[in-house]
Amino acid sequence: MRMRTLEISVGAFVLAGILAVLFLVIQVSGVNIKAAETSYTVSARFDDVAGLRPRAKVSMAGVTLGRVRAIEVDTEYGEAIVQIEIDGEPGKLTTDTSAKILTEGILGARYIGLLPGSEETKLADGGEITETQGAIVLENLIGQFLTSLGKD
Amino acid sequence: MVALLRRIGSRVLFRLEGLGRATIMWGLAMATLPKKGDMTLLFRQIYSIGVLSIAIIVLSAFAIGAVISLQFYTQLSRFGAEDAVGAGLALVLLRELGPVVTGLLFAGRAGSAITAEIGLMKTTEQLSIMEMMGVDPLRRIVAPRLWGGIISMPLLTAIFNVVGIYGGVVVGVYWLGADPGGFWSGMQDAVDTREDIFKGMLKAAIFAVVVTWIAVFQGYDCEPTAEGMGRATTKTVVTSSVLILALDFFLTLSMYGDF
Repeated sequence: MRMRTLEISVGAFVLAGILAVLFLVIQVSGVNIKAAETSYTVSARFDDVAGLRPRAKVSMAGVTLGRVRAIEVDTEYGEAIVQIEIDGEPGKLTTDTSAKILTEGILGARYIGLLPGSEETKLADGGEITETQGAIVLENLIGQFLTSLGKD
Repeated sequence: MVALLRRIGSRVLFRLEGLGRATIMWGLAMATLPKKGDMTLLFRQIYSIGVLSIAIIVLSAFAIGAVISLQFYTQLSRFGAEDAVGAGLALVLLRELGPVVTGLLFAGRAGSAITAEIGLMKTTEQLSIMEMMGVDPLRRIVAPRLWGGIISMPLLTAIFNVVGIYGGVVVGVYWLGADPGGFWSGMQDAVDTREDIFKGMLKAAIFAVVVTWIAVFQGYDCEPTAEGMGRATTKTVVTSSVLILALDFFLTLSMYGDF
């Protein structure tokens, strides 16, 4: 009988450890179990993505629609190509949707904010968002401010 | 001058000899093939090393998570960045404090017990009797403790991290009133499964190897007197704590440093 309580407690310990790992993976690192749900990819070119990272949020009106899947650079044009994964079936976003890189709070993470357009046609899987505005880089902002001061 | 050199030389040789014996012992113990009935020995070790450490792990994890959350919250709320509390808490726990504090507690609770147990077996000549009976003490005594530690430590670390994060949630979200949505989503954005969770557990496994190795060797190698046992137990805790802290720096450097 002594033996069995020992084995039960060891089993419970190992189970608790495995559950703890599962909790960490699912709840803390936010691996989406429902990743198999349908999603489609659109791309967007930005002149500067400064600090945007893969897995960053993509939202419209503050509601998350998807996430950044990958960021590549086009060295020829000096632009960043961002692959955006949008949840659900294609057919919700218009072709003239515009994308902006924004910051959450003052120290927060970068994310992409989408604004709907007015076209009738919708973005298909693999489509491209052409209306984009890159991240605001503080150094550039200060530079613009200084040159505008110089004009006066 | 010559006498001094001679003394230094003999001490270096003495240390080298100890390291050599420890390495040989570890290698032989890890290489022993398990026989029928060894699983029971391993279970008993996981029980005394792992299960009995849960209480102290849970208590300290909760306290540490709570205090980290409190500190992060009071500092970050000055910038209106309360949402970063979750991310900071999770990264600090998963990457550093989880494995390190678990390792230190593990050295203090399980390591010292292992040394004392084996030391007493040696002092009362149980080890020699085993050898005389044709039972290999490396297989029966040492190997289950080494494996028990390596299995238990990552699990204890995972439990530590979960309880620590829960402690942080209790203080940060329930008590201080950080927004739970921002807290969790900030954490989920910042934490990467492989980079943070698994690397932290790898650290824990490495610390387990270090602690159990030192503990078993100190017990196995202690002077067979009451005083020698006491000294060996102290050495286990001190050496493994210092090694954990030093190793952690280099592990962090190699895992997260951008070189």
